[in-house]
Amino acid sequence: MKPKYSLKGALISNLVPIVFLMFAAFAVPMSGLSIPYLLHEMISRLARDSLLVLSLVIPVLAGMGLNFGMVLGAMAGQIGMVLVVDWGLGGMPALLVAALLGTPISIGLGYFCGYILNLAKGREMVTSYIIGFFMNGAYQFLLLYCMGSIIPITNPELLLSRGYGIRNSMDLPNIRQVLDRLVSVEVFGMDIPILTFAVIAVFCLLIVWFKTTKIGQDMRAVGRNRAVANGAGIPVEKTRILAIIISTLIACYGQIVSLQNLGTINTYNSHEQVGIFSIAALLVGGATAENASIANVFVGVFLFHLMFVVSPMAGKNLIGDAQLGEYFRVFVSYGIIAVSLLLHAWKKRHEMLERRLLENDGKE
Amino acid sequence: MKKKDRMHKGGIEKFIANFGWPRIIIAIFLLLLFVIAPFIGIDVGTSLSDMLVRVGMNGILVLAMVPMIQSGCGLNFGLPLGIIAGLVGAVTSMEYNWQGLFGFGMAVLFAIPLAVLLGVMYGYFINMAKGDEMMIGTYVGFSVVAFMSMMWLRLPYRNPLLVWGFSGTGLRTTISLTGFWMKVLDNFLAIRIGPRFFFPTGSFIFFALCCVLVWAFFKTKTGIAMSAVGSNPQFARAHGVSEDRMRIVSVVLSTVLGAVGMVVYEQSYGFIQLYMGPLYMAFPAVAAILLGGATINSATISNVVIGTFLFQGILTMTPSVINGMLQTDVAEVIRILVSNGMILYALTRKGKGTVK
Repeated sequence: MKPKYSLKGALISNLVPIVFLMFAAFAVPMSGLSIPYLLHEMISRLARDSLLVLSLVIPVLAGMGLNFGMVLGAMAGQIGMVLVVDWGLGGMPALLVAALLGTPISIGLGYFCGYILNLAKGREMVTSYIIGFFMNGAYQFLLLYCMGSIIPITNPELLLSRGYGIRNSMDLPNIRQVLDRLVSVEVFGMDIPILTFAVIAVFCLLIVWFKTTKIGQDMRAVGRNRAVANGAGIPVEKTRILAIIISTLIACYGQIVSLQNLGTINTYNSHEQVGIFSIAALLVGGATAENASIANVFVGVFLFHLMFVVSPMAGKNLIGDAQLGEYFRVFVSYGIIAVSLLLHAWKKRHEMLERRLLENDGKE
Repeated sequence: MKKKDRMHKGGIEKFIANFGWPRIIIAIFLLLLFVIAPFIGIDVGTSLSDMLVRVGMNGILVLAMVPMIQSGCGLNFGLPLGIIAGLVGAVTSMEYNWQGLFGFGMAVLFAIPLAVLLGVMYGYFINMAKGDEMMIGTYVGFSVVAFMSMMWLRLPYRNPLLVWGFSGTGLRTTISLTGFWMKVLDNFLAIRIGPRFFFPTGSFIFFALCCVLVWAFFKTKTGIAMSAVGSNPQFARAHGVSEDRMRIVSVVLSTVLGAVGMVVYEQSYGFIQLYMGPLYMAFPAVAAILLGGATINSATISNVVIGTFLFQGILTMTPSVINGMLQTDVAEVIRILVSNGMILYALTRKGKGTVK
């Protein structure tokens, strides 16, 4: 019985990327977009979003599911960015200072998030999701009401006309693509941001290394079975909080990298979508709420963004309506999360029933 | 004397434990807002009727949480499914230019079968994902909203008042109910006192009717079985109740209530918002019932009523009072913090022993 189910499991976990690959194979020719253009877009988007998606890997290891609370890290990164812009910094120093500012904020927010998730064991995903909404309120309060009134903002261009509160969007002319362009190589007319990819690679290596350390192993044990881990003397709650702090930190740096690539901040929207898109990308890459690897991250970002770029044009050419393609894109990003969670929950349940059945057989 | 004192204290503690601190704080806060209001030039009559209209408008959407919570499916974040059914019902009724109470009734009539259909589907999903119902519900709801956004563009509605004038196809983002059945329930037997106070009798009668129906349902054999499935699945199974079937029935019931609630909401609001409009509509309803003292696995009609009054009261009063006092629009932020804080509180409160 066992092999049958693990085969089914393997098929299910790879089903999602396979379906998306098939979709891409169909939609890419339909969109009429050229391959070099798409490649260029994909490289740019891989550089932009990989780090954000990477931030989701560690909480999955710790058995906490997909950390929707990663938006907290994105908020921390944005707060750092806003302050840096206000201080008139530019270039690489600006990015480093923003990261430096974001670090303590992320650690604080990560601790808060981890603490609350410890109160809601078994419901981490939905809880982290609501924490994201809740902290969004706090974030809005901070930027819309405190900045410029309590927290001094010297650059009047950043402020709303009423005298306090940060503007809805701002350009980052001195920060735009500084990391991407610092060291880049041109291949076939495409700029490849070597340094950005190097940063991403460093974080990948850190995660791989972290998994082999004592704490990493503890985290895996906590993820497998909390009771057993507790019995083995692992501080379960602390380990879980640490997992969330790491995730929040990486998300903070990821958001900074992503913003320098885009060159603009939508002060009150940029972070909101980050959680949804990153999680959808990771799931498209074949990860589940219980298992996520670094390969899932890159496959996911690539396939998800390919779909993202291609579907409005494909929709337009196929049905003659770009708006429909837009909605299709939204539908797919929500649908993919729903379907993956569903398949995963269903699989988990079947395995559990199977185990229970075997145990009962053993008793008789 | 000492003993009496202690008893008295015990009584208060018990009352607080039963009522819950957040509810008490929010209730005091709301009372405070009403006390302050006249001093900063806000008319209490207007505020009160605003609040009552909103209670009538949102009550049934909050009521739609009850069956699923009772059957152990958790908070109904999949409310957008019911809402979609309500929207389809409303748009279909308007397509035929039906007006007044008849138009409203037909909208409900169209909405219910679709809600049953969507509810059965959603129920199967919920049963596939035991233990993860809320997350699945959220994303099934979101997916259906996005899917329907494509459908709104394509469905063959032709009434020029509903579709984009330019192309003649595709429903508008916002459709006004003026001339159809705007406020038919609100104005039904409405009581007006002075120029400012308005009591939406019809909506309240309808809300009360739905509450009584749900209450009565939970007194029937099926209703008791449903509660049993939620509170003690083993016991229910031992008595021959099919857990999965009961859960599906509860989801269907919740979705139908969501659909009816949406039609009521529309008639009072006066507009229909399609496309991404219904995306986040589950959250205020979830927050309201939790504010009323419900938990993830138990909810009563009184939770619904108290919660709707408190939540809508806060929503109406904070903007006017805070804006009057501080000259800012900080109320939106307060709304986000209160409603999501309430959901967080509920998610963390019963954290023990409910993991399946």
